[in-house]
Amino acid sequence: MAEIQNYTMNFGPQHPAAHGVLRLVLEMNGEVIQSADPHIGLLHRGTEKLAETKPYNQSIGYMDRLDYVSMVCNEHGYVLAIEKLLKLTPPKRAQYIRAMFDEITRILNHLMWLGTHGLDVGAMTMFLYCFREREDLMDCYEAVSGTRMHATYYRPGGVYRDLPDVMPKFETSDKRKKKQVDQLNYNREGSLLDFIESFTDRFPSCIDEYETLLTDNRIWKQRTVNIAVIPPERAINLGFTGAMLRGSGVEWDLRKKQPYSVYGELDFDIPVGVNGDCYDRYLVRVEEMRQSNKIIQQCIKWLRENPGPVMTDDKKISPPQRMGMKDDMESLIHHFKLFTEGYCVPEGEAYAAVEAPKGEFGVYLVSDGANKPYRVKIRAPGFSHLSAMSEMVVGHMLADVVAVMGTMDVVFGEIDR
Amino acid sequence: MESKHEEIKTRIIACFKNKLTPIESPSNELVFGLKPHLLREVATELKENKELLFEQLTDLCGIDYLTYGIDEWTTKSATNSGFSRGVTRQPVILDDADSFDGERFAVIYNLLSLKLNIRIRLRMFTGEDNPPIAPSVSDIWSSANWLERETFDLYGIIFDGHPDLRRILTDYGFVGHPFRKDFPISGNVEIHYDQEKEKIIYKPVSIEPRTLVPRVIRNDNRYSEDIKDNNDG
Repeated sequence: MAEIQNYTMNFGPQHPAAHGVLRLVLEMNGEVIQSADPHIGLLHRGTEKLAETKPYNQSIGYMDRLDYVSMVCNEHGYVLAIEKLLKLTPPKRAQYIRAMFDEITRILNHLMWLGTHGLDVGAMTMFLYCFREREDLMDCYEAVSGTRMHATYYRPGGVYRDLPDVMPKFETSDKRKKKQVDQLNYNREGSLLDFIESFTDRFPSCIDEYETLLTDNRIWKQRTVNIAVIPPERAINLGFTGAMLRGSGVEWDLRKKQPYSVYGELDFDIPVGVNGDCYDRYLVRVEEMRQSNKIIQQCIKWLRENPGPVMTDDKKISPPQRMGMKDDMESLIHHFKLFTEGYCVPEGEAYAAVEAPKGEFGVYLVSDGANKPYRVKIRAPGFSHLSAMSEMVVGHMLADVVAVMGTMDVVFGEIDR
Repeated sequence: MESKHEEIKTRIIACFKNKLTPIESPSNELVFGLKPHLLREVATELKENKELLFEQLTDLCGIDYLTYGIDEWTTKSATNSGFSRGVTRQPVILDDADSFDGERFAVIYNLLSLKLNIRIRLRMFTGEDNPPIAPSVSDIWSSANWLERETFDLYGIIFDGHPDLRRILTDYGFVGHPFRKDFPISGNVEIHYDQEKEKIIYKPVSIEPRTLVPRVIRNDNRYSEDIKDNNDG
């Protein structure tokens, strides 16, 4: 009987640990991986091509659906690119709101990552803990934009509207008695900022909770320490960004190095790993959540003290006030033009990048002077990370594949675009 | 920031002399054009020169300039009968043409130097060949591997020297290169599951292409540089 040496194994696209629709073709020698060939594109929607057929503002909503766990960060990259071409600077307050929501999103994303990464390697409790906090942050999204995920909140020139003064509350029903509802509403009596503040007061102790469960956990360490080690030079060469790059010890964060929005004025640190393994990347991301919490607190303080406009007053780009349209001819024309045709962006090209939770999210925009972009290229951080999959898993066991996938924090909305 | 830009620009121009041609950028970015046969030489130098160290290829993508600057709805002069809602579509250029316009397809390289903390962009036209061919840089920057596969998939640009040039984003057995400007947004085929034959059936699309918002180009005076200068003075 001939002895079989290597064999190929198909992993996904329906596997729960494949984080969506990844199909991996693994070549195995026993339980050791010889090579991995990720097949992507099962969620390809042609976002970039769709954006080329629509006026600029209509594509903001598509950006949410790219990396669908860090929604507004994607919008931020897109509106920054448009603003760069329009040479437009949004009001300070809008920039602070953006920074605050970027950080809320970072926490949202990292909680999702931590929950599913934990779940993948066997820590069920993490998932429940993380989703508990995500719920509150989703409520912030809902209060400000009306949707829990796909906000479409940022606009070129600012944000869609100012932060609301009241927080939506739970209501009594057959299932929920008054006492329960009061309990749920305890921090919803004030404005949205009050609600976020109560979250930021509570959140550091939540992170401590996660850390007690994982950081010194023997099983967690056995599953992550020395798994998928990437040296710094390779990380740079492979196009890694964000926590994947910092985990390898490269001190690189766009919020610090190429500050956009108001990050230059905020006080925060960037955590850096040492060994470049899954465990270090875990530590980096957990520390990032603490830093984000700190940034949100600073933004709340600033936003409380500085009321003001949240949208540029350039009426060619921002819609007029509803009341103004009733008795002002120009407002009516502006409204009509903006919503039927959109605005034309001067000819040129721009690349704008933001530090999204997963890494550098860049938008390369080419305009030929029309009301629609000529070419939009979305630089998704996960794409470069996943392209290193083979290099990261070779020599590891099959069970480590899910740990590697977890540490890469892949979301197929952005990879397949 | 300005002076740093200028300094690096002169440094790059001095280093590459006539291999790179600077391209004017209104958004104040460093953009250079180059010829395909010089790409690998320039790329290696950009990456390894101790004064430049563009170690990371952030992004690589293709562009199809087929319909650049062409709008769908031009109004030359005012009429007294009103404007038609109809849009003018460009005739489709067949893919089996022998050659393309030399400035149709371009490959864009977005590079980042972590040491200098600066980005540059290279634009390379692939020339008249059909299919368009460009040299691969995947052995210089590993991140180019998948990005070149993507560009090949979406634009049909062939990367010479790429270790594994397969389609990446589109379906298994897909025909055509969907991001070319002559590829319709609704695609060429639609699929459905046939209950009787018990398999997936492909057939030509039945929906008509339509334009919800016509593409218009307004030569907006607010962005015109000479008018701005006049107003300031």
